[in-house]
Amino acid sequence: MKRAFQKPGRSREYGKALAREIDYLGLDSVAIVGIISLFVGAVVTIQTALNLDDPFIPAYYIAIATRESIVLEFSPTMVSLILAGKVGSNIASTLGTMRVSEQIDALEVMGVNSASYLVMPKVLASMLFNPVLIMLSMGLGLLGGYIAGNLTGVISTPDYLLGIQLGFKPFYITYALTKTVVFAFLITSISAYCGYTVKGGAVEVGTSSTRAVVSSSVAVIVANYFLTQILLGT
Amino acid sequence: MIEVQNIQKSFGAHEVLKGIDAQFEQGKTNLIIGQSGSGKTVFLKCLVGLHEPDNGAILFNDRNTAQLDQKERQLLRQEIGMVFQGSALFDSLTVEENVMFPLNMFTRMGPGEKKDRVDFCLNRVKLEGANKKYPAEISGGMMKRVAIARSIAMNPKYLFCDEPNSGLDPQTAVVIDNLVREITQEYGITTVINTHDMNSVMEIGDHIIFLKNGLKAWEGDRHEIIRSDQPDITEFVFTSELFKSIRKAQRSG
Ligand SMILES: Nc1ncnc2c1ncn2[C@@H]1O[C@H](COP(=O)(O)OP(=O)(O)OP(=O)(O)O)[C@@H](O)[C@H]1O
Ligand SMILES: [Mg+2]
Repeated sequence: MKRAFQKPGRSREYGKALAREIDYLGLDSVAIVGIISLFVGAVVTIQTALNLDDPFIPAYYIAIATRESIVLEFSPTMVSLILAGKVGSNIASTLGTMRVSEQIDALEVMGVNSASYLVMPKVLASMLFNPVLIMLSMGLGLLGGYIAGNLTGVISTPDYLLGIQLGFKPFYITYALTKTVVFAFLITSISAYCGYTVKGGAVEVGTSSTRAVVSSSVAVIVANYFLTQILLGT
Repeated sequence: MIEVQNIQKSFGAHEVLKGIDAQFEQGKTNLIIGQSGSGKTVFLKCLVGLHEPDNGAILFNDRNTAQLDQKERQLLRQEIGMVFQGSALFDSLTVEENVMFPLNMFTRMGPGEKKDRVDFCLNRVKLEGANKKYPAEISGGMMKRVAIARSIAMNPKYLFCDEPNSGLDPQTAVVIDNLVREITQEYGITTVINTHDMNSVMEIGDHIIFLKNGLKAWEGDRHEIIRSDQPDITEFVFTSELFKSIRKAQRSG
């Protein structure tokens, strides 16, 4: 694994590989992240509204609660878990197939550091692009809440717009993005490790892809606990 | 020239290579033959450095691979071309991009120059009109040709082929064999080929090494192998009726 982070050879080729991975691992996930965020934002708003159905609690509290759930937890953690499933299995099966069909050996014989050529662009692409996805998710989550509030009438538009701005702490964004970057690193490096070290054939490639998703999801959940304690801990 | 001294390689308790000495000369097609499982692939992978031998030395024109630093090893690898048993083409790249890959990685050629080199290599293996296809869209024989084209793209000094014609029809197999031999002679490459195909042995066996039970059981050329009386060899060579009848004819004539 250490070899994966060594200095690459021809940087232009690594640049091209990075662009390809951003396209493949990042842009390709925009749709799924968008749809999920929109609907979860809507659901969170409705549920919060039902739970805070008390005349003594101002309506804009619903929007505050929605905002905090999305920014602190849903977008960085849940979306990262979804990406662990999508991106993790993709990375493990791609690298696993390259391993068992000797494509990795072919790279090595040519004198290419296969670990760094194949793994590093994927890790970097996710660490760079997942924050963009998460910001998008936050935006669309809040939009989903806005639409749901409008459609169901659980919260009025002015209350919602007031609530999502009230007492907003910019540090929460920093916190969310820090988590995102750490999760992206965990997901891609664990999955790459699972795929890169496959021995055997098609069956083992499948197994490694499952193992990649399970291990990286667990890693995300555990890391989430510690990061929360470190960054928000009192 | 490649010199191999007392190469040993085990996987756990399983001794695959038990000490093999060999010399492979430049401009010749050197064949490694032996039954399936006799360790041909392991031997070839030791030569190119994909397996670390447990013991012994490998010298590429007097450069001992064990004594090279990382940079020198990298440079040596750029002098090596390899055709894998399963072709090992990059399946996310087209035929053309596969052949261009080492040029992109290791040379400072301009786009036009690279294109010319790729066309030249694909021409050399007599593969035209498939440039934009992906490996999944071409036949096994074409994949072998692309693999050969990719392996010669960097003008290698050493060429290793692991069963370059396995799984091909006899005609295509002969074409591939002769192609490898022509390239070897034309560019003075030191070529080592794994095979268990007796046709290839008779066609291009300039120098043949027979592996059995992890040892070199026999060594010679294609004229000698057919006359050999060593039981291991006769057993391996004269399994098919065709070769049995050749032998009969030879004995009586
Ligand atoms: N990575 C490995 N780990 C453990 N054992 C291995 C490994 N590679 C090869 N072997 C063992 O080494 C022996 C020789 O295998 P090898 O692939 O070299 O045979 P081969 O002569 O190339 O056969 P074939 O003609 O079928 O390709 C086999 O018994 C195989 O099980
Ligand atoms: Mg083999």
